[in-house]
Amino acid sequence: MSALLEATEKALELLISGDEALWQIIAISFKVSGSAILIATPPALLIAFALAYLRFPGRRVLVSLFSTLLSVPAVVVGLTLYLLLSNRGPLGDWRLLFTQSAMVLGQIALAFPILVAMGHAALQSADKRAWETARTLGASPLRAFFVVIRETRFGLLAALLAAYGRIIAEVGASMMLGGNILNYTRNIPTAIALETSKGEFAQGIALGAILLLLAFTLNGLLHYVQGKGVQTS
Amino acid sequence: MTCRNIFVRIFSLFLLTLSALQFAVAQAGEPQQVIRLATTTSTDNSGLLQALLPYFEKGNGYKVHVIAVGTGKALRMGRDGDVDVVLVHARKAEDEFVREGFGERRFSVMYNDFVLVGPAGYPAGVRDSRDAGDAFRKIARHEALFISRSDDSGTHKKELGLWKKAGIKPEGKWYREAGQGMGKVLQMAGELSAYTLTDRGTWLAYREKLPLRIAFEGDPLLFNPYGIIAVNPEVHPHINHEGAMALIRWMTGKEGQARIAAFTLHGQQLFKPDAKADEVALLKP
Repeated sequence: MSALLEATEKALELLISGDEALWQIIAISFKVSGSAILIATPPALLIAFALAYLRFPGRRVLVSLFSTLLSVPAVVVGLTLYLLLSNRGPLGDWRLLFTQSAMVLGQIALAFPILVAMGHAALQSADKRAWETARTLGASPLRAFFVVIRETRFGLLAALLAAYGRIIAEVGASMMLGGNILNYTRNIPTAIALETSKGEFAQGIALGAILLLLAFTLNGLLHYVQGKGVQTS
Repeated sequence: MTCRNIFVRIFSLFLLTLSALQFAVAQAGEPQQVIRLATTTSTDNSGLLQALLPYFEKGNGYKVHVIAVGTGKALRMGRDGDVDVVLVHARKAEDEFVREGFGERRFSVMYNDFVLVGPAGYPAGVRDSRDAGDAFRKIARHEALFISRSDDSGTHKKELGLWKKAGIKPEGKWYREAGQGMGKVLQMAGELSAYTLTDRGTWLAYREKLPLRIAFEGDPLLFNPYGIIAVNPEVHPHINHEGAMALIRWMTGKEGQARIAAFTLHGQQLFKPDAKADEVALLKP
């Protein structure tokens, strides 16, 4: 028990004193996951929109495909991308293995199904008349698309936060694709795994606290936003 | 309307923080040439590389990206051309790596030895063993708990070799295959009061945090030499061969060797420098 308390105390100290190594790890985490979300969101939204509003053959198959992809473990995504990106793999010439870009790719692959599936659910539940009205009033399809996006923004934001929450806390793919390189591809989850294996629990706890705080903030935001959504719609 | 304002504000704040962090990291990030070094957990977990590499980076303008895995995986990465240079400890596998043409040439860097560690009560009387084979036979006969790395690392290869020499096929409930790095396995051995084989470097780095003791040491069979090998640029033309050679030259040179010798933990030297003059002579530019 006293060991736990001692480690927690040290963790707080690390956080408060602005330990540089610690904050570097946190910055890398946010950079990688932020980039992944920014890149994944626009195409994922378009696909979600197509699934919700267009009728085309294979639509149902695609919907269930993305729902299935939701449950693919991160390590499987990591392994698949590792084999693709390895110098021996088909994409080896890109020279991306053990870089931040590889981690971003892995996290995009993890975030994408969440964005599509949750985005699809949100868009589907929206009032179809928004789209029809906008079109009747002479809005271009693009314009009408943004009208619908605005109408469903709460559901879409929920999708965004859920996807972000998954990738910022993900360890398997990041470890395999990034290689856990100090000051480069060591993010919060891989650092926690490493520090735990080294018996340096204080830093692990400090980083875990950051993740918890983040999860709490994201969830709070989510509830707040969803609550607002009910009131306005 | 106010709700929308709040939403917009929160979202832009989110984006702003994101871009600020991007900027901060970009400032800190990657200006120089990168050398990708695949190495064993023992050189990284013990803190050796973190103590050494900043000196090399400062003097040579390279940035070394350390990927710490088991020896087997490290050699595999070299074979596939995913790294530029490997620093490992499994002599047979290293020689094979060079013989098959994936590695250019092996250079001796340093050595220490393996030790058998276990709980303070020394169950199965392992402490009074004549040699390593005897100690391993005692563990097996009494079915004392033993944690194996089981990750194709240099330590794991050594352990398997020792079981073979002892004439034992380790299996059963007492033999636990962890599949983890050295530090993690030492912790597991501590938690489960089990024996395990470890390199002395990692052992010294972890000793204070563990309820374990050295149960057996000193057999010449437990010698643990480390070698550094550049990936062959004829097989993988894209690799940073120049950087790899610069690192090898530094590690086997005067400064690297002195820094290895000077690296201590709790007052104990972890690795003994071991560069061979005839090998180093081949490195002169």
